[in-house]
Amino acid sequence: MFEAVQQDYVDVYKGVASGLPGGSVPWVRRVRDSGLSRFREVGFPTPRDEDWKYTNVRPIAKQPFAPALDSHNGIDATRLEILENNVLDSYRCVFVNGHFAPGLSDLDQLPSGVVVMSLKDALNYRAEELETELGRCAPSQLHGFAALNTAFLTDGAYIRIGRDCTLQRPIELIYVSTGDSEQPQVSYPRNLAIAETGSRAVILERYVSLEQSRYLTNAITELVARMSAKVDYYKLQEESAKAFHVCGLFLHQDRDSTVTTNNIAMGGAIARTDLHVSLNDVGAHSTLNGLYIGMGKQHIDNHTQVDHRVARCTSDEFYKGVLAGRSRAVFHGRIVVHQDAQHTDAQQRNNNLLLSRDAEVDTKPQLEIYADDVKCSHGATVGQLDPDSIFYLRSRGIDETSARSLLTYAFANDVINRFAIASIRHELEHHLTQTLLHGKHIEGTV
Amino acid sequence: MLSIRNLHASVEGNPILKGIDLEVRAGEVHAIMGPNGSGKSTLANVLAGRDGYDVTEGQVLYRDKNLLEFSVEERACEGIFLAFQYPVEIPGVSNLYLLKTALNSVRKHQGMEELSAVEFLKLIKQKIKLVEMKEEFLHRSVNEGFSGGEKKRNEILQLAVLEPSLAILDETDSGLDIDALKVVAHGVNSLRNEQRAIIVVTHYQRLLDYIIPDKVHVLANGRVVKSGDRTLALELEKHGYAWVAQNPDAAAAPAVGS
Repeated sequence: MFEAVQQDYVDVYKGVASGLPGGSVPWVRRVRDSGLSRFREVGFPTPRDEDWKYTNVRPIAKQPFAPALDSHNGIDATRLEILENNVLDSYRCVFVNGHFAPGLSDLDQLPSGVVVMSLKDALNYRAEELETELGRCAPSQLHGFAALNTAFLTDGAYIRIGRDCTLQRPIELIYVSTGDSEQPQVSYPRNLAIAETGSRAVILERYVSLEQSRYLTNAITELVARMSAKVDYYKLQEESAKAFHVCGLFLHQDRDSTVTTNNIAMGGAIARTDLHVSLNDVGAHSTLNGLYIGMGKQHIDNHTQVDHRVARCTSDEFYKGVLAGRSRAVFHGRIVVHQDAQHTDAQQRNNNLLLSRDAEVDTKPQLEIYADDVKCSHGATVGQLDPDSIFYLRSRGIDETSARSLLTYAFANDVINRFAIASIRHELEHHLTQTLLHGKHIEGTV
Repeated sequence: MLSIRNLHASVEGNPILKGIDLEVRAGEVHAIMGPNGSGKSTLANVLAGRDGYDVTEGQVLYRDKNLLEFSVEERACEGIFLAFQYPVEIPGVSNLYLLKTALNSVRKHQGMEELSAVEFLKLIKQKIKLVEMKEEFLHRSVNEGFSGGEKKRNEILQLAVLEPSLAILDETDSGLDIDALKVVAHGVNSLRNEQRAIIVVTHYQRLLDYIIPDKVHVLANGRVVKSGDRTLALELEKHGYAWVAQNPDAAAAPAVGS
C-alpha cells in the first residue's frame, strides 16, 4: 500500500545502520536486522489488520519521516517550559528529538545499585549487560511501527534498579520534540527498565512538543519486574495536536511482583499505544490505569493486552476517556487467561464520556479464557453528561459551562485519583478544567 | 416577593397547571398541599426553571421581575432555592466543592467578594451543625450513597449556606423518619426571618407540625382550590383530600395573600 515510503525506510536503514549505537556489536545488529526484516514483511498496518481496524495510519505512512539527528546542543533549558514548571522532585533524563541531553538532565545522587543512563551509551560501552534483555519483553509478532523502532533504535533510557533497592524519588524521562526541521522527522525512543528482585521504583515518561508541527514519535519501553519488585509506571503523552505518536509498552512480571501502569494520553493528531502485560509467574499483580482526553480532530487509540500465563495472578484494568469536538478514541482491551492460569482474577472497565455529538469512541473489551477456575469481568460504557446533574448544579447557581466542566472532571476523577503522584493529578485537573472545560472545545460541534 | 398569576404549564404537551394564583411575601411561610398528581412538584420545577416544563399562560413575578425570563442559574443567583424531592447523586464531585463553587457563584453574581478557602471552611463548620451532619459528609461525593434522610439534610445544608430569599422545599419530608424530620424542620425554622420567604410543598400535614406555616394552599387538578391558615392543614389531616373536593373554596385563589 505504501511501498515507496516503506522502501525509503529500508534504504535509509541501510545507510545508517552501522553508525547507530552499538552498530559494531553483532547481537545488536541482529536485533536491528530482525526489526527491519519484520518491517519489510508486514509494512505499515492498514485497517484490514484487525488490531488497526479503527485507526488508519495513512497520514503517517504516506510520507517518509527522516530519523531525527542529535541536536540537543541548540536547546537551552529556558526554552523548555516543561522543565521550568516541573515541580516533581525526580532523577531526570531529558531527551531532545530522541537523543539524551545530559546538560538538561539531573542524575545526581543516584543511590548505589541503581543505573540510569542513556541507552546509546549503554549500547556503545556495556552492551553485554543488555544482550539477554533488549527486545525480550516485546511480542514476537511486532507491528510495522514497533519493527521500525527495533531497526532504528538509537537512544532512550537504560534503567536497572538493583536487588532490594528502593528509590525514594521517581525517575523521570522527558522526551522533547523540537519539531523545527524542514523535513518531518521521526524519533525512536527506546527504554529498557529492569526492576530486580525486591526493588521499588517509580518511573515516569513524558512526551512533549516545542512546536505545533508534524513529526513522529515511535517509541518502545520494555519493563521487567522481577520477583516481589514493585514498580509504578507513568506515561504522559501530551504532544502537539499535529504530532503523531506510536508507542509500545511491554511488561514482564515475575513472581509476586506488583506493577501499576498509568497511561495518560492527551496529545497528538494520531496517538496509538500498545500496552502488553505478561504475568509470567504466580502471585503477580498488575494494575492498568488509563485516561485519554481527546478534542479537536484528535485520534487516540489504546490497545491493551494482559496475558495471565500462570496461576494466581491478578489484574485490574480501569480506563476512562473524555472526548470532545470531533475527536475519536479507540479502546481495545484484551485479557487472555492461558490454560494453566487457574485462580486468575482479572477485571477490566472502560468508561467513556462524549462531550459532543461528533465525538466518537470504539470500545472493544475482549476476554479469552482457556482455564476453568477463574474470576473475570469486563464492562464498557459510553455516555454523555447527565442532564439532571447539570440542572442540579445550575439550580445552585453554577453556570452551565462550569457545571459541565465540573461533571466532566468528576467523571475522570476516580481514575485520576488512582495516580499516586499529586503533581500529576493537579496537572490533569488543570488540563481538564482549563482546556476542555472553560468552553474552548466543550461544545465542539461548531 | 413572589407573585404567580394565572399560571398554566404543560409537561410533554399535557397541561398540569391550569391557572395557579399565589402571592408570597417576604417573611412568610406558605404550605402547598395536595394529592398526588395535583401539580405540586410541577409548580416547584417551573419556579426553578427545569427543562421540559412549558409555561403556556400566565406570569410569575419575583421581586417585580419576570422570573420566567431568567435562566436556571440566574434564578439561583437571584436568591431562589429549590430543595429537591429526589436530589441527584453526583459521583466525583465532593459536597464541599459543590457548596464552595455554588456559594461563590452566587456571591459573585451579587457583587460580593468570593470567600477564601479558610473563610469558607469556617462558615461551613457552623452550618453543618445546623443539620447535625458529620464533617466527613463534606468530603464525600454529592449525595452518593447517602440515605434518604441524609440527602434531604444535605439539601437543607445547601439552603443554609446559600441563604436564598425564596426557598422552595419540594416534599422534603418524604422518606424521612421522625428524627430526621425534626432535624430538617429545625434547620428550616432557624432560617426563617423577615427577609426570607419559604414555600413548603408537602403531601402530609406531619411536616407542618414542625414548620408552622402562615398560609396553607390546597392544590387539586392544577389549581389552588382552597387556601387558609394552618388549621386548614389540620382539617385536611382529619378529613382527607376528598373533603376539599367536596368543599371547594371557589373564591380562594384570587383572595390568597390579600
